[in-house]
Amino acid sequence: MVTYIIRRLIWGVVMLAIVSMTTFAIFFLVPRLAGATSDSLAARYVGRTANAEQVKIAAERLGFNDPLIVQYGRFAKGIVVGADYNYGPGVERCPAPCLGYSFLTRLPVWPDLLTRLPVTISLALGAAVIWLIAGVATGVVSALRRGSFFDRASMSIALAGVSLPIFFTGIVSLVLFSYGRPFAITAPGGSFTPFFTNPVQWAYSLLLPWITLAFLYAAGYARLTRSGMLETMNEDYIRTARAKGLTERVVVFKHGLRGALTPILTIFGLDLGLLMGGAVLTESTFSLPGIGKYAIDAITSQDLPKVMGVVLVTAFFVVLANLVVDLLYAVVDPRVRLT
Amino acid sequence: MSFLELNDLRVHFPTDDGLVKSVDGLTFKLERGKTLGIVGESGSGKSVTSLAILGLHKGGRAMISGEIWLDGEELVSASAEHVRTLRGKKMAMIFQDPLSAMHPYYTVGAQIVEAYRIHHHVSKAVARKHAIDMLGRVGIPQPERRIDSYPHEFSGGMRQRAMIAMALSCDPELLIADEPTTALDVTVQAQILDLMRDLQQEFNSALIIITHDLGVVAELSDDILVMYGGKCIEYGTAEDIFERPEHPYTWGLLGSMPRLDRARTERLMPIKGTPPSLINVPSGCAFHPRCAFEGRTGGKANTQVPELLETEGGHLVRCHLPREERRAIWENEIKPNLESV
Ligand SMILES: Nc1ncnc2c1ncn2[C@@H]1O[C@H](COP(=O)(O)OP(=O)(O)O)[C@@H](O)[C@H]1O
Ligand code: SF4
Ligand SMILES: [Mg+2]
Repeated sequence: MVTYIIRRLIWGVVMLAIVSMTTFAIFFLVPRLAGATSDSLAARYVGRTANAEQVKIAAERLGFNDPLIVQYGRFAKGIVVGADYNYGPGVERCPAPCLGYSFLTRLPVWPDLLTRLPVTISLALGAAVIWLIAGVATGVVSALRRGSFFDRASMSIALAGVSLPIFFTGIVSLVLFSYGRPFAITAPGGSFTPFFTNPVQWAYSLLLPWITLAFLYAAGYARLTRSGMLETMNEDYIRTARAKGLTERVVVFKHGLRGALTPILTIFGLDLGLLMGGAVLTESTFSLPGIGKYAIDAITSQDLPKVMGVVLVTAFFVVLANLVVDLLYAVVDPRVRLT
Repeated sequence: MSFLELNDLRVHFPTDDGLVKSVDGLTFKLERGKTLGIVGESGSGKSVTSLAILGLHKGGRAMISGEIWLDGEELVSASAEHVRTLRGKKMAMIFQDPLSAMHPYYTVGAQIVEAYRIHHHVSKAVARKHAIDMLGRVGIPQPERRIDSYPHEFSGGMRQRAMIAMALSCDPELLIADEPTTALDVTVQAQILDLMRDLQQEFNSALIIITHDLGVVAELSDDILVMYGGKCIEYGTAEDIFERPEHPYTWGLLGSMPRLDRARTERLMPIKGTPPSLINVPSGCAFHPRCAFEGRTGGKANTQVPELLETEGGHLVRCHLPREERRAIWENEIKPNLESV
């Protein structure tokens, strides 16, 4: 078990290294393929007023003339021990984990990400609770009442939920529920209140985005739960449970749902990990200052270090989620051996 | 009234292809402390019969009629909730494949404890003691350690023992074992059958053993019921069935019975043909398309359904052949053949 975790952790670090190399290579090459030179990249750091000489010096200091490998080495080292950025007027200390400097704001990327992470985590966790409860409950009832009106109606809605894009459901919910609208349940959008400042305001400001995001996922979970329950409720061990004289409620939840829950748990962990990299569409639709919004802004303003930072943070959460899911799997299913 | 009485039990399933008459008019009696073997090829309705007794046939879809009397109570018309409270306590069941019949995510002990605590309001610790005790009684070594194992950590035979321990945990008065040894290899089969015989004597319950293999019930059963196409075609004491069987299908089963003095794969005279469809049951005697003696019944075999009639002292047979002729065929044509090999 311990050796398994250690091996998986090492493997996770290797994965992250590969991801960082790949993204670094892409972001190193993309501007150059687009015609940028070391000087034009450096110019973004020293500002428009600088003359050609200053830019050249800055490019040299920032290491833009070094080969790809050397630059990557510096970047990787920055993540581990921090880095110093010297672009002429002064030296900027970028503490570990240093994910580089923004071209535009000239601020290190990591602290930016840190301030946005609570928004994204709040959004993801809140939505996850809603979609897990709503999706699993709908799936269970649908499976038990297979072919009923409830089953057919909820599965049609679920199909819609899976197929409709967020910017559609998001706008519909904004139109219906936002401030000043007929079913207003939220304050004007875009005002995120940190949990520790005011939990009620926090929940209030996130309610619409939660519901919108959860709807998308709940649909998938309802379908997954339904098919899983239909399968497990046909298992021999369900018949055994009934033969013991258990009430139907215990049969369904303790024996049926327990058997159907394993694949749901797996998907849940992976979905949550991926969402830590930002729910791009939900955050933009509701103007929430999370990681996803940050990524979109970075891409539209071609601020490559920011984009790379988001990619790496997302990769980190995905790798972590994978590990946690695999460990949980062994807890949930005693037949699974971690070796 | 006997402890268990089935009266013209019918279980039919409406399907897209037609009405499946899985059990079609079954009647029998069973006393406490006695063992009934129900024998027939697969698909003859044995499992559906046992599930119907426990009220576990798929409720909404199955059409059930007739009567099931258990200790003076009629179960077909009883409420589902009442039958549930009898399940596990008054009547319990052992299933064919203990690997799939036990929940893979719960320990063996947890599953026995659960079975016990539904019907006994005791603490977990008391129930656990009882579970360890039960595991020991069914011959599982080191039960206080094995109780925390998961089903997949047991061998097939040990799993079936654990299943038996679970079924017996509430001391049921009726125990139904549906193909309890079919999933096990031969040596383990014998051990499990010995165990069941011992336990039945100890608990004095009524036992129904269901199997497609007459060999399994040979030593255990007091009475044997042979089923074909959802109906009883011969019923009698074990002696009746093994010493003076009168139905051609029973002869076929005896001929295809694996015996210790023969290689298991070597079958003397397997019954030709395939089991009947339960939707379009063959006209007349359902066995006639496969019966070697069909020609000797004067054309009645495929037009008239034979009745289940008493031939002698509670021995019932469903066949158009006259009693004397059946006995003559058994003595002169079948029995010598069975013994010669
Ligand atoms: N729920 C059901 N719906 C339709 N047909 C069924 C159902 N359960 C059993 N049957 C049919 O009833 C017949 C008897 O089945 P079963 O009692 O399991 O036979 P066996 O004697 O092998 O135990 C089979 O043909 C089976 O297909
Ligand atoms: S009634 Fe005729 S066909 Fe049916 S078992 Fe008897 S002899 Fe064979
Ligand atoms: Mg069966």
